[in-house]
Amino acid sequence: MSDITSQSLFELTSNIKEKKLSSEEITKAFINRAEKSKKLNVYVTDNFEKAIYQSKKFDSNPNLDLKLPGIPIAVKDLFCTNGVRTTAGSKILNNFVPTYESTVTQNLWGQGAILLGKLNCDEFAMGSSNETSFFGNVQNPVGENLVPGGSSGGSSAAVAANLTPVTIGTDTGGSIRQPASFTGTVGLKPTYGSCSRYGIVAFASSLDQAGPMTKNVRDCSMLLEVISSFDQKDSTSIDYKRNYYSKELSKDIKGKKIGIPKEYRVDNMPDEIEQLWKNGISYAKDCGAEIIDISLPHTNYALPTYYIVAPAEASSNLARYDGVKYGFRSPGQNLIEMYEKTRSEGFGDEVKRRIMIGTYVLSSGYYDAYYLKAQKVRQLIKKDFDDAFSTVDAILTPSTPSSAFKIGEKTNDPVSMYLNDIFTVPINLAGLPGISIPAGKDKNNYPLGLQIIGKPFDEQNILNISYALEDKINFNNDISDWWLSE
Amino acid sequence: MSKNSEYLIERENKQYEVIIGLEVHAQVTSESKLFSQSSTKFGAEPNTQVSLVDAAFPGMLPVINEFCIEQAIKTGIGLKAKINKKSVFDRKNYFYADLPQGYQISQYKYPIVGEGKVILDMPNGQKEIGIERLHLEQDAGKSIHDIDPNNTLVDLNRSGVALMEIVSKPDLRSPDEVNVYIKKLRSIMRYLGTCDGNMQEGSLRADVNVSVRLKGETEFGTRCEIKNVNSIKFMQMAIISEANRQIDLLEDGKDIDQETRLFDTKRNETRSMRSKEDAHDYRYFPDPDLLPLEISQELIEKVKSDIPELPDEKKKRFIDKFNLSPYEATILVSDIETSNFFEEVIKNSDVKLATNWITGELFAVLNEKNLEISQSPVSAKNLSKLINLIKDGTISGKIAKTVFEQMIDRDQDPLIIVKEKGLKQESDPKAIEELINKVIENNSDKVAEYKSGKDKLFGFFVGQAMKESKGKGNPQLINKILKEKLNG
Repeated sequence: MSDITSQSLFELTSNIKEKKLSSEEITKAFINRAEKSKKLNVYVTDNFEKAIYQSKKFDSNPNLDLKLPGIPIAVKDLFCTNGVRTTAGSKILNNFVPTYESTVTQNLWGQGAILLGKLNCDEFAMGSSNETSFFGNVQNPVGENLVPGGSSGGSSAAVAANLTPVTIGTDTGGSIRQPASFTGTVGLKPTYGSCSRYGIVAFASSLDQAGPMTKNVRDCSMLLEVISSFDQKDSTSIDYKRNYYSKELSKDIKGKKIGIPKEYRVDNMPDEIEQLWKNGISYAKDCGAEIIDISLPHTNYALPTYYIVAPAEASSNLARYDGVKYGFRSPGQNLIEMYEKTRSEGFGDEVKRRIMIGTYVLSSGYYDAYYLKAQKVRQLIKKDFDDAFSTVDAILTPSTPSSAFKIGEKTNDPVSMYLNDIFTVPINLAGLPGISIPAGKDKNNYPLGLQIIGKPFDEQNILNISYALEDKINFNNDISDWWLSE
Repeated sequence: MSKNSEYLIERENKQYEVIIGLEVHAQVTSESKLFSQSSTKFGAEPNTQVSLVDAAFPGMLPVINEFCIEQAIKTGIGLKAKINKKSVFDRKNYFYADLPQGYQISQYKYPIVGEGKVILDMPNGQKEIGIERLHLEQDAGKSIHDIDPNNTLVDLNRSGVALMEIVSKPDLRSPDEVNVYIKKLRSIMRYLGTCDGNMQEGSLRADVNVSVRLKGETEFGTRCEIKNVNSIKFMQMAIISEANRQIDLLEDGKDIDQETRLFDTKRNETRSMRSKEDAHDYRYFPDPDLLPLEISQELIEKVKSDIPELPDEKKKRFIDKFNLSPYEATILVSDIETSNFFEEVIKNSDVKLATNWITGELFAVLNEKNLEISQSPVSAKNLSKLINLIKDGTISGKIAKTVFEQMIDRDQDPLIIVKEKGLKQESDPKAIEELINKVIENNSDKVAEYKSGKDKLFGFFVGQAMKESKGKGNPQLINKILKEKLNG
C-alpha cells in the first residue's frame, strides 16, 4: 500500500471499507504531515484534536455504508463550521465562531467525513493568488515562492501537497478552477443552484458556488455526489434530480460533440497554452469525440462585466461587517467613526477596492451605465453559451492564460491579476458547470489546466469527458515535498 | 365635495390649498417574519425573537414567507388594486446600527401591488383617493439611546418583520381627509386580517408628504416629506404646521427646499432632517439571494375566494337591507368588530332600536371607559334581550337605560335585573286609571287651570302620574288615559 496521504479519496474509502485502514490511522497521517508542512501556510485554523477524537469515535462503531466513511477533510475557510472559527481570510472575522454549519459541509459530515481544519483563502474569496488573505500567503507545493492560485489557494495547495484527501472550495469567477490549474489538481465549479450557498460567507451571491477540489476526476465525482443537494434554506438552490456521479462515471465519450470557441484564443497567449489546448483537442479526438469550432461572440465583455457585477454584490454583501454584532470592532467616538475605523482596519486593500468599485457602479447616476448594462451583457454571454450548446455537448478551453506566477509578481497590478480569470469568469456569469483538469506543464515544469464547460446540470457529461481525457493525458504532478520539515 | 367644505389656508386675500400624500407602513399580520421563522409577537424581551438571518450572520440567506405574500395580495385586492404577477425584491443599502444586513430588503421598481383606490366617506359625500402602489419590505430593529448614557443599545426583535408600504397618490387635501383615509385603510386591513392597525404598538406609521399651492393653481408645489409619524393626531398637527411653514416661506418670497423633515410633537413644528443634496444614495439593486417573485393566477384566485365582505360592500348592504341611513351605516361598518357586534345583536332584535342603542348608549360607555367594542362590558346577546324587552313593552326606554347601567357592572340577562329590581312596566289600564284618578284628585286646582285652557299643564300631569307609578307606568297608556280623563 502506498503512503496514506498520497492515496486518492477512492483508495482511502476502499481501504476503510475493506478495513485495511482505520479512520484514526488516516486522520493521524494527514495531521502528521500537516505538522511538517507549516511552511505552506495552508491552515488558518486546525481542528486536529477534535478530528482524532472523531476518528476514534468513528472506528468504534464504523458505518461503512456512508460515502465518506471516517475520511478527514479540510475545507476552505469560507464555509461556516459550527464551533470552529470561520474567518473568510479576513481580520474582520478573525474571532468569529459560527453556531451553525453550512449545508455543504453538513453534507460532508452527514456522509461520515471528519473536519481536519479550515484552509487559507483570499480575503472574502477576492483574489487570484491567495495573497489578499489576512493570514498570509500560501506556498504552492509545485515550487517555492509560487502562488497556489486563488481564491481557494489553501485548498488547492492542501490537495496538491497531500494534506487533505480532497477539499471543497468556492468559485465566484474561477476560484476553484484557477488554483486547481496552478497546482495540477482537479477542480469543479457546479451549475449555479447545484450546491447550497447556506452558511457560506457570501462574496457575490449570483455567482458563488461551492465545488470539489481533488487529486483526480473520480474523486471529484464522488465528492460532488455528496455536496450537491437541494436546500430550502437557499432560495436560489434548484430542485432537480442529481446523478450518482461516481457510479455513472464513464470514459466512453464517443460521438460527444466538443466545441472549441475561437474567442478564447486571446492576444499574447503563451505558445505553451496554445499547445496544451491542441493536445487536449487531439486527445478528445482520440477518445472518439467530435470537435466543432464554435463562437462565443461576447467573450471579450465577460471580464469587465464580471468586475461590475461581482463587486456590486460584494459591496452590499459585506455591509454586514460593521463591528456592531460580531467580528472585529475598532471603537470610535460615535457610530460613524466606529464604522469607519472598523472597516478601514478590518478589511484589506483588495476587499476595499472591490467595495469601492461596487459602491460606485450602484450609485445613482451610474447604475444604468454600469450595473444595468452589465446585467444586459451578462444575458448576452449566457445566450452565447445557449446557442453554442444547441450544437455541442461541451466546450473545451484552457483554464488559465498562464501557469502559476511568483508571489508578489502581480500584487501591484490588479488588472493583470484580474486577467487571470479571463477563461473562467464567463462560466460563472452564465451559471454553467466547469471543471479544470491538469493537462500538462510549461517550460518551468509548472502545471497547466484545461477547462471543460457543460450545459446546466450536465456535470456528469463534463466529468465523463474529463475522466476520458485524464486517462489519455496521464498527468504526473511529481511534487518534491521541498517544504517538509522534521 | 362642495366648495364650502374645502380646506384652505388664508393669507391676506390669498387662499392656499394643501396637497397631501401618505406612505403608510403597515405591519403584516403574520406569526413569523418576512424572510425568517422568528416570531413577530409584540412586547417580548429585547433580542429574544432574532434568528441568525435577522441578525445577518455570515452566510445566512433570506427565504420568503409565503404567508406574507398572500397577505400583501389580500390587501391589494382590498384596495381594488392590480396584483403584479411578477415583482422583484431589491436591496436598499444604508448603514445603521439597527439594520444588521447593512441593507433593507424592499421592493423598488417592481412592487407586488400596483394602482388601486380607497373611498372616503366625507360629510359632503364620497371622495376617491388613488393608491399608487403597495410593496413589501423588512422592518429594521430599534436603537435605544436612553438606557445607557454612553452606548446605544439595539433590539433586533423587529428586525425583519414584514411591512406593507402603501403609497397614496397626492389626492388628500385636508387633515380631516387624512384622518378618514387612515381610518378607512386601517378598517379595510382589519376586515382582511392583514394588519391589526395598532398604532400604539407601531403596526401603522406613515411618512407624510406635504406641499401647498395657491387655490386654482394646477401645478404641484415643492413637497417636503415628514418621516415616521405614528398617530393620526400627530399627522394632522404636522400637516397644519408644515403647510403653514411652507406658506410663510412663499409669502416671504422664499423658495421651499425639497427635504425630509421630522415632526417635533412637543413644539408642534417640523424641522429639517436632511436636504435633497444630503439624501441617501440607497444604491438599490435586485437582491441576488432572492429570485423574482412570481405569483400565479391560481394563487390570486385562492386569495380572492378568502376575501370577506369589506366595509364599502357591508355599508351598502346595511343601507339596502336594514334601511339604515348612510351615516349610521358608515359608523357601524367602520370597524369589523363593531359590525360583527351589530349583526350579532340584530339576529334576534329590532334593527332600528339596535342601531340607536349601539351608536348611542353603548358607544358612550365605551368612549367613557376607553374600551374597544371587543371589550364591551355588555354582550351582544344581552343587549339584544334588552332591546326585545323594550320592543315587547316589558320596560320603557327610560327604564331600559336604568337596566343598561346595571348591565355595565355585571353583564347579566336584563330580564333578571328587571325582575330583581321590580322594574317591569305597568301596562294594566285599570291600575293606570287608578293612579291617574289619584293624581286628578290631588291636583284639582291644576285640573281647573287646564280646563280653562292652560294646555301646557298636560306634561305636569304626565309627570305626576309617572311619579305615582314609580317610573314604571307605560307612558303611552298614561298619555292615552290622561287625555280621556282631562278632555272628557
